[in-house]
Amino acid sequence: MSVKSFRVAINEALDHEMGRDPRVILIGEDIVGGHGGSANNPGAGGGIMGITGGLFQKYGPDRVIDTPISESAIIGSAAGGALTGLRPVAEMMFADFLGVCFDQMFNQAAKFRYMFGGQASTPMVVRCMTGAGFGAAAQHSQALWPIFTHIPGLKVALPSSPYDAKGLLISAIRDDDPVIFMEHKVMYDDEGEVPDEAYTIPLGEANVTREGDDVTVVAFGRMVQFANKVADKLAGEISLDVIDPRTTSPLDTEVILESVAHTGRLVVVDEANPLCSLASEVISRVAEEELGSLLAPPKKITAPHTPVPASPVLEALYVPSQEKIETAVRELMNG
Amino acid sequence: MEPNKDQLLKAYRIMKTIREFEARIAKEFEAGTVPGFTHLYMGQEAVATGVCMHLTDADAISSTHRGHGHCIAKGCDVRKMMLELFCKRDGTCKGKGGSMHIADISKGMLGANAIVGAGAPLAVGAALSAKVQKNGNVAVAFGGDGATNQGTVFESMNFAVVLKLPLIFAIENNGYGEHTGIDYHLGSGDLTSRTAAFGMPAVKVDGTDFFAVYEAVGEAVKRARNGEGPSAVECVAERWRGHFEGDPQTYRNLDEIKELQEKKDCLKKFRDVVVTKKKWLKAAELNAIDKEVLELIDSSVEEALAAPPPAPEDLTTDVYTSY
Repeated sequence: MSVKSFRVAINEALDHEMGRDPRVILIGEDIVGGHGGSANNPGAGGGIMGITGGLFQKYGPDRVIDTPISESAIIGSAAGGALTGLRPVAEMMFADFLGVCFDQMFNQAAKFRYMFGGQASTPMVVRCMTGAGFGAAAQHSQALWPIFTHIPGLKVALPSSPYDAKGLLISAIRDDDPVIFMEHKVMYDDEGEVPDEAYTIPLGEANVTREGDDVTVVAFGRMVQFANKVADKLAGEISLDVIDPRTTSPLDTEVILESVAHTGRLVVVDEANPLCSLASEVISRVAEEELGSLLAPPKKITAPHTPVPASPVLEALYVPSQEKIETAVRELMNG
Repeated sequence: MEPNKDQLLKAYRIMKTIREFEARIAKEFEAGTVPGFTHLYMGQEAVATGVCMHLTDADAISSTHRGHGHCIAKGCDVRKMMLELFCKRDGTCKGKGGSMHIADISKGMLGANAIVGAGAPLAVGAALSAKVQKNGNVAVAFGGDGATNQGTVFESMNFAVVLKLPLIFAIENNGYGEHTGIDYHLGSGDLTSRTAAFGMPAVKVDGTDFFAVYEAVGEAVKRARNGEGPSAVECVAERWRGHFEGDPQTYRNLDEIKELQEKKDCLKKFRDVVVTKKKWLKAAELNAIDKEVLELIDSSVEEALAAPPPAPEDLTTDVYTSY
């Protein structure tokens, strides 16, 4: 066990799985270093965020593949490759670019198993950067997990720590269904304890990151960190039960419902836009199953129903904050 | 083509099976026994056959919304296909795919595809898979003239050239993209040269001439298996039916179809070559196949009509491999 960054945790997961299984390949734009491996120092770059650095040198050009800027062909390659014996990990750079190749994700990869009557499995992972906080504005900052969570056949992972990033990615690569793996761009330099060896975290198993009795806070991705900080700040005064679902599909509702049955109060925090969001989904499940336990109406903290603004001032207002979480918690306790 | 008798008989049987399968589906559709949408392949039989005669089960194809012919040529079980078109529980895809999504992975048939142009990236993936696994397999992306205007196809062509993939683009120029004629929808007016501009060999052949298709695709498959990269073959074979069954075809002079049936029938042309001109086969041998094919189609339809539909519990299965 040693302290590693989110970036290194992902690189280690890819390395473990490529070493373990020759069917695992990486494909995407600039993942070698942007030159297909023919320049003097191939693989030095490892993508714009340096995630895949070193893997080209280790596994070679057949397994770490730079592509033209052709998102449909990248995802199609992964999906067609998965149908014919590979376990591709495609990199979509920014999740926003999935808009360019949405058909290959939701009409093709997601539906093969069902459309083909169970004949096919589609073991592929699409890694992509998500989230606001870099000033990258409307087309490079979105939190699009609700869209993919909505599609039957896809699984969606949303790690909130370096430890979870490694364990969830290994599970995603070993899973026989298509998994969208969403990495928050602001978290790549976050550090945490990460074992050197390979380990898995089951998809669909929530993690309780803080245990408490007064308010249940369900948070997604980066928002888990915010919720943890609020829990630590309020410790001794108000005790928060912070739940990180870790995957939005499958969604572990059992842990959420048990917690709400215990606390009677619920705050949901999600960086995604509010309409048809995970925040809506969690509240709807609680309303269906645990309405009688609620001591007050649930609170929903999300981005507003707007695109992500470029202005740092506006962007800071766009992303849910620790202050908003704390305010919601206090309102619930005082209500 | 070498006048290998078994191969000739096989080619004829495939083309005839496609023809009769589609003719019967047209009738059944009109009678209301086949649910959903269906798009028929009549007139283009020599293309699927001339391509797939070069492939094994380990080679993959991606198909189109007009995919029954590709399935039959790739060796899918006709009885199970018929069950699938009737959306029955024992169909190729348990009745969950239907005409537009029929697939048989064990035969390398990666699915008919209801999204125009979506199959090409999948064939790229299958070709990449063959290249990475170094197993000598090839992939074929079937697609119509309409699909060649999709960005997905452009991406796939460039991608295949850049990565030097063992891929063949079998472009079926059937004259129409949905209801729009190629004289309108193809900006350059020349599909083959546009395809060649991506940096791969591209040739144009008469898609109603089995031997022309077979020969051109044979070269392309040989290149692919030798690691020399992708190729394209534009096969011109106009469709005999509308875009979909029930299409009134108001955009088309219907006399043109009669002329196609007289002059561009791949089965008649094949017979003319093998029986009359080259005398490789006897008419009686082909007539015997005709009879067997009709019996197969009749009994398949009979079986499909009587077969049970999916059970209610099938609605929610097969979404994920693990839950």
